[in-house]
Amino acid sequence: MTDHHGEFDSVSGRSTTGHEWDGIKELNTPLPRWWVITFYLTIVWAIGYWIVYPAWPLISGNTRGVLGYSSRADVAVELANLDKIRGDKMVALGAASLADIEKDPALLALARAKGKTVFGDNCAPCHGSGAAGAKGFPNLNDDDWLWGGTLDQIMQTIQYGARSGHAKTHEGQMLAFGKDGVLKPDEIVTVANYVRSLSGLPTRKGYDAAKGETIFADNCVACHGDGGKGNPELGAPNLTDKIWLYGSDEAILIETISKGRAGVMPAWEGRLDPATIKAMAVYVHSLGGGK
Amino acid sequence: MNKTVNPNELTSNDDNGPLYVAQKKVYPQSVSGTFRRIKWGLMAFCLGVYYFLPFVRWNRGIGAPSQAVLIDLPNSRFYFFFIELWPQEVYYFTGLLIVAAVTLFLMNSVGGRIWCGYLCPQTVWTDLFYAVERLVEGDRRERMKKDKSSDPMRLERISEIVLKHSIWLLIAWWTGGACVLYFSDAPTLVKQLVTFPAPMIAYVWIGILTATTYVLAGYMREQVCTYMCPWPRIQAALTDEWALNVTYRYDRGEKRTSVKKAAELRALGEHAGDCVDCYQCVAVCPTGIDIRKGPQLECIQCGLCIDACDTVMTKIGRPKRLIGYDNDINIQRRRDGKAPIYRIVRPRTVVYSAIIAAVGGIMLYVLATRSLLDVNVLHDRNPVAVKLSDGSIRNAYTVRLLNKSGYDRVIAIDADGPANATIHVVGIDSVTPDRPMIVIPRDSTSELRLLVTAPAESNPEKSIPVRFHVTDIGLGEAASATDNFVSP
Repeated sequence: MTDHHGEFDSVSGRSTTGHEWDGIKELNTPLPRWWVITFYLTIVWAIGYWIVYPAWPLISGNTRGVLGYSSRADVAVELANLDKIRGDKMVALGAASLADIEKDPALLALARAKGKTVFGDNCAPCHGSGAAGAKGFPNLNDDDWLWGGTLDQIMQTIQYGARSGHAKTHEGQMLAFGKDGVLKPDEIVTVANYVRSLSGLPTRKGYDAAKGETIFADNCVACHGDGGKGNPELGAPNLTDKIWLYGSDEAILIETISKGRAGVMPAWEGRLDPATIKAMAVYVHSLGGGK
Repeated sequence: MNKTVNPNELTSNDDNGPLYVAQKKVYPQSVSGTFRRIKWGLMAFCLGVYYFLPFVRWNRGIGAPSQAVLIDLPNSRFYFFFIELWPQEVYYFTGLLIVAAVTLFLMNSVGGRIWCGYLCPQTVWTDLFYAVERLVEGDRRERMKKDKSSDPMRLERISEIVLKHSIWLLIAWWTGGACVLYFSDAPTLVKQLVTFPAPMIAYVWIGILTATTYVLAGYMREQVCTYMCPWPRIQAALTDEWALNVTYRYDRGEKRTSVKKAAELRALGEHAGDCVDCYQCVAVCPTGIDIRKGPQLECIQCGLCIDACDTVMTKIGRPKRLIGYDNDINIQRRRDGKAPIYRIVRPRTVVYSAIIAAVGGIMLYVLATRSLLDVNVLHDRNPVAVKLSDGSIRNAYTVRLLNKSGYDRVIAIDADGPANATIHVVGIDSVTPDRPMIVIPRDSTSELRLLVTAPAESNPEKSIPVRFHVTDIGLGEAASATDNFVSP
């Protein structure tokens, strides 16, 4: 190839590099000198970069660079800064009353944002990511509350839980009337149908309403109240509404009455800081069902 | 122009030399004429706009920035006289960029590299730096002589060099300084810059832009156009045979000869070229090329060679515009004895103009009918619907209200969709419970959680469209958004 080097292209009047493809010869178009210098400078820069920053992969890990820079450390610094920025606002959140937080648009937005994140991390496994609940786990968007739906009641439930073992937890459970031999199977069927009638659901043909009412009065009223309106002090659900935690089918009601129910809500006091729990209470309340 | 070249005539630059070439310093000579005057005028206009625009005031009311053109990054706002743009309205810039790009195409198909020759910042600042150089060090010959001189430097020469670079740096510094003024209130920032409480970033950017201006206009110059800029390469694809470019009319110019010889030839009734090989076109060229070699990548088509040649032609009593805006078609036509034709209106230019008119028209229309009150609605995804204890159905929505005006608004929200529905905004105890009212501060957005509750029995359908109306109860301005009301 060097044999052809320096050949002239008669059309352009330029020398060629000697490279030829199908009769077409490449013109020699030298790079400008500053371009070449810049190119070498980038190589020098790259070597400097290898020395200063983490660069080469090794068998385990990589070269660290003399600056000790790491993007992970950067994230830690940024998170610390974020905490610093949020610090004041979270203090304000901790200091304000629950009702005041809901009335202050800035604090409400903060509480909802914080609450949503913390809810996703801690509550979503049972209550669902949108707090829609599941069988045995209440929907927190609706207006039916086992332990009360005011801001204070919601916060208390989050703090201490239900049947969580915490000293201040909500106690009270649905007894196992069948398993414990309090009611006979046919009585359970009767009272189950009576309970369905309370919220206007159809009942089994030939069921004895009077007998059901008697059984209900003797066994259930203590917790569920007259007419089955429920009692948030004991976590006894309202049996006259359209919302059923476990379901309203006769078979499910029979199972509930026979075996009892005692779902557990953990206590979050000590696991989440007070300001976060406040944010959670406001978030859950603001989902729409809060009273 | 398939001119063959004798290898022996090649200049040293074209030999099979090194892999790289040193920058050949260009010493453009001063020139006067039509195109020089146009260039001075455009330079004064462009630089004037650039340097002084930040100081133009525009009254937007108390509390709002009073700068006519301001890029307010901390608050994500762009102000341009009567227009205030929000980040989500970035499509105006898309439109502007489309118009700008197609305008460049149009320029190209009409008159070649008008942008490169007259308007490009690289050209404008390089031209200014050359003017300074000429003013301090003298014209082409003097500068060449001074640079070549091997005599030890005298104080006079040193002070010249210092003066030139000082003026260059001053211009560069002012260029960088003007740029940062677009990002903050200009008079305040100028005061801060002088008394030093200005943010560090302002000094850093002034430093960066001072350096780039100084290097690009003082040293890199035509190298930027030849080697760095992609636009000369793209333009080759945009031009066509009808486009007017700065052209050496070789039909008239060849064969080159001296004035005397030409006169003799003409006396004998023979053809003589008008070009007298005076090299004035080469001397004034800011990229150091010879336009007589035909269209070249390096040529930015600034028109200065036209002025230089016209001066010479006037002197020797020949018609002007031996070099002029022309194309090869006309050169061939003149050779064939036909009159030249100029076709500005061609499919290409019509299409470009139509695109500019269409995009510009759409932008103007959208800008003129732009609403200063807006609402976006997002339905909750999980859960989509909630059954309440009395059996009614509730849907939750995230509503974002945008108040782009310069005053606070009181907004009433109505929902038009499911029968017998009630609406409630979380955290708002409105005096009108059925029609929540919210205050949105000026120039801000508010995000609300809105609940729509409707009895199940009066809305048997699975999904009902619901329209949210927001009304400024003071001014009556309104906006609306549509979503759906879903039953479980």
